[in-house]
Amino acid sequence: MELIDLTLIWIAIIGLGVFMYVLMDGFDLGVGILFPFAPDEPSRDIMMNTVAPVWDGNETWLVLGGAGLLAAFPLVYAVFLPALYIGVFLLLAGLIFRGVAFEFRFKANRSRYLWNWSFFGGSLVASFAQGAVVGAYIQGFETDGFTYVGGPLDWLTPFTVMTGLALVAGYTLLGATWLVLKTEGPLQSWAYAVARCMLGAVMLFFVIISVWTPLAEGRVMERWLGNMDWLWIFPLVTLAAAAWLWRAIENRREGVPFVATLVLFITFYVGLLISMWPLAVPPDHTFWDAASAPGSQLFLLIGVLFITPVILGYTAWTYWVFRGKVTVESSGYH
Amino acid sequence: MELDPLLLSRIQFAFVVSFHALFPVFTIGLAAYIATLEGLLYRTDNPVYARLSRFWTRVFAVVFGMGVVSGIVMAFQFGSNWSEFSYRSANFLGPVLSYEVVTAFFLEATFLGVLLFGRDKVPRGVHLFAACMVALGTFISSFWILSANSWMQTPAGVEMRDGLLYVTSWTEAIFNASLWPRFFHMALASFLTAGFVVAGVSAWYLLRRRAPEMNRKALGMTVALLAVIAPAQLVVGDWHGLNTFENQPAKVAAMEGAWETKNGAPLLLFAIPDAAGETNHLEVGIPNLASLILTHELDGEVRGLKEWAPADRPPVGIVFWSFRVMVAIGVLMIVVAITGLIQRLRGRLFDSPRLLRVFTWMIPLPFAAVLAGWFVTDIGRQPYLIYGVLRTADGVTPSLTGGMALFSLVGFIAVYAVIFTAGLYYLLRLIQAGPESLEDTPDAADGRPKRPFSAVDTRLDEHAAPEGARG
Ligand code: HDD
Ligand code: HEM
Ligand code: HEM
Repeated sequence: MELIDLTLIWIAIIGLGVFMYVLMDGFDLGVGILFPFAPDEPSRDIMMNTVAPVWDGNETWLVLGGAGLLAAFPLVYAVFLPALYIGVFLLLAGLIFRGVAFEFRFKANRSRYLWNWSFFGGSLVASFAQGAVVGAYIQGFETDGFTYVGGPLDWLTPFTVMTGLALVAGYTLLGATWLVLKTEGPLQSWAYAVARCMLGAVMLFFVIISVWTPLAEGRVMERWLGNMDWLWIFPLVTLAAAAWLWRAIENRREGVPFVATLVLFITFYVGLLISMWPLAVPPDHTFWDAASAPGSQLFLLIGVLFITPVILGYTAWTYWVFRGKVTVESSGYH
Repeated sequence: MELDPLLLSRIQFAFVVSFHALFPVFTIGLAAYIATLEGLLYRTDNPVYARLSRFWTRVFAVVFGMGVVSGIVMAFQFGSNWSEFSYRSANFLGPVLSYEVVTAFFLEATFLGVLLFGRDKVPRGVHLFAACMVALGTFISSFWILSANSWMQTPAGVEMRDGLLYVTSWTEAIFNASLWPRFFHMALASFLTAGFVVAGVSAWYLLRRRAPEMNRKALGMTVALLAVIAPAQLVVGDWHGLNTFENQPAKVAAMEGAWETKNGAPLLLFAIPDAAGETNHLEVGIPNLASLILTHELDGEVRGLKEWAPADRPPVGIVFWSFRVMVAIGVLMIVVAITGLIQRLRGRLFDSPRLLRVFTWMIPLPFAAVLAGWFVTDIGRQPYLIYGVLRTADGVTPSLTGGMALFSLVGFIAVYAVIFTAGLYYLLRLIQAGPESLEDTPDAADGRPKRPFSAVDTRLDEHAAPEGARG
C-alpha cells in the first residue's frame, strides 16, 4: 500500500460522513429545538412533517460515523467512547426520545404534549452533547498508549459547555432556514425572524470560540499564527458566507438561506480541521497512529467506493419525492 | 460493596441487546409480509390487500422506529463498555459493521420514508419497490450482524499479533463455520414471529367479528405458512445444534446439562443443574436420546462439562433452561400451526373460538423463544467474548468505573421502560382502533388526493370520532 495512502482517503471519507451527518441531522435536530416556540399546534404538525420522511436516513450517517471509525480509526472509537461515556449516554437517550416522538406523536392526542416535549428535549440534549464532543476533541484526551486513562467527567469543562451551546445555536439556524425552504405563510415569516436571530447568535459563538480556542490550546495558536498566512482566507470566507446569509434573509429569498447556512457550516468545519490537523486523538495520536490495518481499510474502501454513489443517488431521490412546500393539506401519513 | 464494572457492563449489554432484538425479529418478518401484500395488491388489485398492507404498515412503523433507536445504542455500546474488545477486533468487526450500514441501514431507512409517506407521491410500482427494498435491507442487515456474532462464536480467518487481530482471509472470517445455520435459524425465527403476531391479531379480530373478510385472508395465509416454517425450524435448529456440537462442545454440554462424558447420553427433560456440586438434582431424562440427536448413534459420545476447568465453563443453569424454553415453544408452535392448517383445510378454522383464542395467546411466545435462543448462544459462549480467543473479562473498557456503569445501566432501564410502555400502549390502541378505520379511504374521492387517509386521523388515546386536520 505504498502507492496510495489509504489513511488519507479514509480521513476524507469519514470527514465527509461526519459532515453529511451534521448537515442532514442538523436541520432535523434544529427543527426539534424550535418545536416548543412554534406559533401554534398546526405549525408543529407541519414542522414535523417536513422532516418525518427523511430523519431516519439522516440519522443513519451517525451510525456510519460510528461504524466507520471502528473500521478505519479504531483508536478514535476506543478512546472517544469511554472518555465521553456519560455524554454518549445523554446523546443516545436524546436520540431515542426524539426518534420515537415521530411515531408516537402522530398517534397521541391527550398525551401529545408529552411527545412534543420529548421531541424538543431529545433534540436539544443530542445537539448539546454533539457540540460538547467537538469541544472535547479540541481539548484532547489523557491516554496511556492506546487506552483512555482519564476520569469520567474530564470532558465536561466550561469550554465544552460553550461548544455544546454553539452547536445548539448552529443546528437551530439550520432548522430555521430549512423551514424557510419548506413552508409558507405565517410559519415561514416566523422562520425568517428566527433565522435572523440565530445567525447573530452563531456569529457571536464563532467569535468567542475563535478567540478562546487558540488561547486555551497552544498548538491551535501556533497553527494560526504560524507561517501559513493564507489560512486567514478561511475566516474571511466565513464572514462572507454570513453576510450572504444575512442578505438572503433580508431579501426573503427561500432557498438561498439554507444553502448559505450550509456554506457557513462548511467554513466552520474546515476551520476546525485546520486547527486540529493531523491529530485524531489529541494531544498524542495522529490519524496515522489511529488507523486500522491497511488490509481492513482496503477491504471496506472497495465496497464504500461502489455503494456510496448509490446511497447518495437514492437519498437524493427521496428528497425529490418529498420536494416542495409542506402544508396542512399535504401532510399525508401512512 | 464494590461495584463491578464488568458485571454491570454484562448486565447492561444483555439488557440493551435483548431489548433491541425484540424489534428486528418482528420487523424482518413483517417487512417481508408487507412486501408480499403490496406485491399481491399490485397484481390482483384486490382492495383487501390494500387494507391489510395499510394496517400492518402502521404497526410496522411503530415497531421499526423502536428498532432503529435501540439499534443506535448498540452501535455505541461496543466502544463505550467494551473498548478493549472493540480495539482488538476492529480490523474485522469494523468493516463488517460498516458494510451493514452502507448495504442495509441506508437502504431500509431511506425507502422506509417512501413506504410510509409516499403512497400518494409515487406510482404504485415504485411504492411496491420501496416495500421490497425495506424487506431486502432487513435481510442484508441480519446477514452482516449475524456474521459478526457467528465469528465471535466460531472465529476464523484471523491471527493475533501484539494483542490485535488481523484478518488473514475475509471469506473464512465472514463465512465462518456457524454463519449459515445461525442465519437460517434467525430468518425462520423472524418469519415465525411476524407470522404468529399476524395470525394472533387476525384471530383476535375474528373472535370479535371485526373486518372478517380481510382477517380471514390474513389468518389463512399465515397459518399455511406457519405450518411449513415451524417444522422447518426444528430441522434447522437441529442442524444448528450439530454445528455447535462440533465447534463449541462446552456450550452443548451446558445445554444438555451433561457433567460427565458419556456414551449414550440421555436427553434431560428436567433437572436443576448445580454448578458448585458439579451435578444435577431431580433429573428426568430419556435414555440415549441426546447421543442419538447429536451424533446420530445411540451410544455416541457426548462430552461433559467436567472436561473443562471450572473457569472455562459457561453458566449452566441459565443455558440449560433457556434452551428448553426455546425448544418447548418451538414444538408448541408446530402443534398449533399444524392444527390450524388441518382445521383450515376442513373449513373450521375461522369459527372455532377455542383455536382462535389459542392463536391470540401465542403472540408473546415467539419473542420469548428468540430471547431464550440468544441467551443460549451468548451466555453459552462465556467465559469468552470471542470463543477461545478473548475472554469477556479482558474485553471491558479499562477506564470504566462501577459508578459510571451503574449510572448508564439505570439510565437505559429508565429510558427503555418509558419507551417500551408507550410503544406497547400505542400498538395496542392501534390494534384496537383496527383495520376498519382504514376501510373508507377512497383515493382522491374528496378532491384532495394528497390526503386520502382522513381515518388515520384517529388519535389513538381517545375514543373520539375521527376529526379533521392533523399532522
Ligand atoms: C438479526 C437481526 C438483528 C440483530 C441480531 C441485531 N440487529 Fe440491529 N437491526 C436490525 C437487525 C438486527 C434491523 C432489522 O436491520 C433493524 C431493526 C429496525 C431497523 O431499523 O433495522 C436494526 C437496527 C439497528 C440499528 C439502527 C439502524 C438505522 O439507523 O436504521 C443499529 C445501529 C443496529 N441495529 C446495530 C446493531 C448491533 C450493534 C447489534 C448487535 C449487538 C444488532 N444491531 C443486533
Ligand atoms: C440481537 C439478539 C441478541 C441477544 C438477545 C443477545 C443476548 C446476549 C446476552 C444475554 C448476553 C450476556 C451474556 C453474559 O454476559 O452472560 C450477550 C453478550 C454479548 N453479545 Fe449478544 N445477543 C444478541 C446478539 C448479539 C450480536 C449480533 C452480537 C455481535 C455482533 C452480540 C455480541 C455480544 C457481546 C459483545 C456481548 C457482551 C459481552 C458478554 O457479556 O459476553 N450479541 N448477548
Ligand atoms: C424447534 C426446535 C428448536 C431447536 C432444536 C433450536 C436449536 C437452537 C440451537 C442449538 C441454538 C444455539 C446455537 C448456538 O448457540 O450455537 C439456537 C439458538 C437460537 N434459537 Fe433456536 N431452536 C429451536 C426453536 C427456535 C424457535 C421456535 C425460535 C424463535 C422463534 C428460535 C430462535 C433462536 C434464536 C434467536 C437463537 C439465537 C441465535 C442463533 O444462534 O441462531 N429457536 N436454537
